[in-house]
Formats: sequence, structure tokens, C-alpha cells
Amino acid sequence: MPDEHEPEQELELTSPLVPLFVITNGRALPPDHQYEHTALVMAAEGASAMAGALSPEARQVLDLITEGFLSVAEVAGHTHLPVGIVRILLAQLEEDSLILVRRPVPRAERVDRELVSAVLEGLKNRFGA
Amino acid sequence: MYLDPDVSQTVKILIVGHFGVGKTTCIGSLSEIEPLRTEEEITEASEGFDDLSGTPHKKTTTVAMDFGRLTLSDSLVLYLFGTPGQERFKEMWEELSRGALGALVLVDPERLHESFPVLDLVESFGLTYAIGVNHFEGNTDYPLDEVREALNLSADTPVVKCDVRDEGSSAPALITLVQHLMTQLG
Repeated sequence: MPDEHEPEQELELTSPLVPLFVITNGRALPPDHQYEHTALVMAAEGASAMAGALSPEARQVLDLITEGFLSVAEVAGHTHLPVGIVRILLAQLEEDSLILVRRPVPRAERVDRELVSAVLEGLKNRFGA
Repeated sequence: MYLDPDVSQTVKILIVGHFGVGKTTCIGSLSEIEPLRTEEEITEASEGFDDLSGTPHKKTTTVAMDFGRLTLSDSLVLYLFGTPGQERFKEMWEELSRGALGALVLVDPERLHESFPVLDLVESFGLTYAIGVNHFEGNTDYPLDEVREALNLSADTPVVKCDVRDEGSSAPALITLVQHLMTQLG
């Protein structure tokens, strides 16, 4: 039987059998827009030492972003945690002032022309078009 | 792996299309990082599939989404999200389309009918889009006008050939979309 245990990071956290409230300390799901896929997150200075008792998953997220900014999507991609769980963990970490969050500038119905122009310039430079 | 500390603005473009059309390949040809995969939670009725869990009222499931990243300047980063085009993933679209600049819709000229649900979604979320027509060397060359007609596209929607495996082909398709976004802004 022990041989059948998967390595810890391979734990199937998306399985409906895993009690997600354990990972997330029973927190409710924050609204999508609070941690959009493209919001950027990074551990606050000294966060790793300051952090008290964190779930292994929250610790995993915090460790991942100790060195620099990553998007919420990248945090989910690297940790293999479902995006919803990542959001809950980030909410917890932000509440404890352990992370910095840069949210994308919310746009109204109208797309900002300057922004699209910067994207176009950037793509042309990058791909030599 | 990490972003430049000066990055202050992120934007997103959706790469959409039906199953197997080449969304992930396209993202892979453009992304500066190895494309990553997220598990997105969606809610749906359990009927018809997902019987493995044996739970009769299971409502939450996850769907995989691949994405890539392009740093465009010291302060600006573009994310490309490969968004599956089935109607049942509407919930995902709600979040992903919010704030998205637009969508590059990949279509397979031999399976055009499969692109209708995708176009419905793109239009219902009000996304500006361009069409990338899968084109592989040695393939039959489909006249783009016929694709436009078959998909019932408006005259100003850009339709370009696109070999999603090749950066030299997918980059111009992406640039065509962004140029189109500019013209839409007037």
C-alpha cells in the first residue's frame, strides 16, 4: 500500500474527495475579480519568516513568489492547484500582509487606445514585424 | 520565470477555438515561457458524464486551460489564454473575457461548422476578434473569402492564414488582431 502513495506535490487536490476547506481553513471563495488570472503577486519582504502556521499549500504559494512577481495564473500553473484554491490562499496571505498584489487596471467598456497601441508596438518590436 | 519588477500593467488576449484546433500549439509558438496549464473550476450538471466519482449531485468540475506570456516592455506584459470554445465553458469565459483586449479565433477550414459555437461565445461576450485559418504546408489552400462567407463574418473582420506551429505565422496573426483592435477604437 505505501508504494501507491503519490509524492506529496502530486496529491490530487482537484479530487472531490479532498476536503478543500482543510486546505483553505474553511474560507469562502473570494470573488473572481479580486484575484484575476492576470493580477500579479509577490511575497512581501520577510514574509517567509513572518508567516505563522500556514497550510502546506499556502506555504507552497508563498515560497513560489518569494523571488519575484508572477500572475495568479502562473501561480496556479506552477503549483498545480486549481485557480479557485489559489485565490482563497492568496486572500488569506494578503489578509496577513504576507504578499503584495498588483491588480490589472480595471477598464471600462471602452478599451484604452493608448494601451492597445503599446501592445501593438511591443508585438512589432518583439517579432520584428 | 519571474516578471520584471517594474511590470505594472498586464493585459490579456484570448486564443479561442474548438477542441483540437491548435490553441495550445499557437500559444507555445508565441510564449516566452513554456506554456502553463491551470485547472479552472466550472459548475455544471452531472448528467451525461463525470460518472466516475459516483456522487450523484456533483456540480463542480475543472477544465484545463493553457496559457502563455509575452513581455512587451519594462512595464507591460501580455498573457495569452487558450480558451475552449464549448458552450458549457461559458462560466470561464465570463471571467476571462472581462478586461480582455480581444480574441484570436482559430478555425480549421475542414471543420468550419465546429467554429460556430465559438463565434457565438465570442460575440455574446462582445469581444473584438480576428480569424486565424489553420494552414499547414501541403494542405489544400482554402480561399479566405470562402471561409469568411461560410462563417458569415462581417466585412471588416480580419481573416488570415495561420500556421500555429510557426512563430513567423502566428505572430502576424496576433498582430493583425491588435491592429484590428486599434481600428475599432477609431
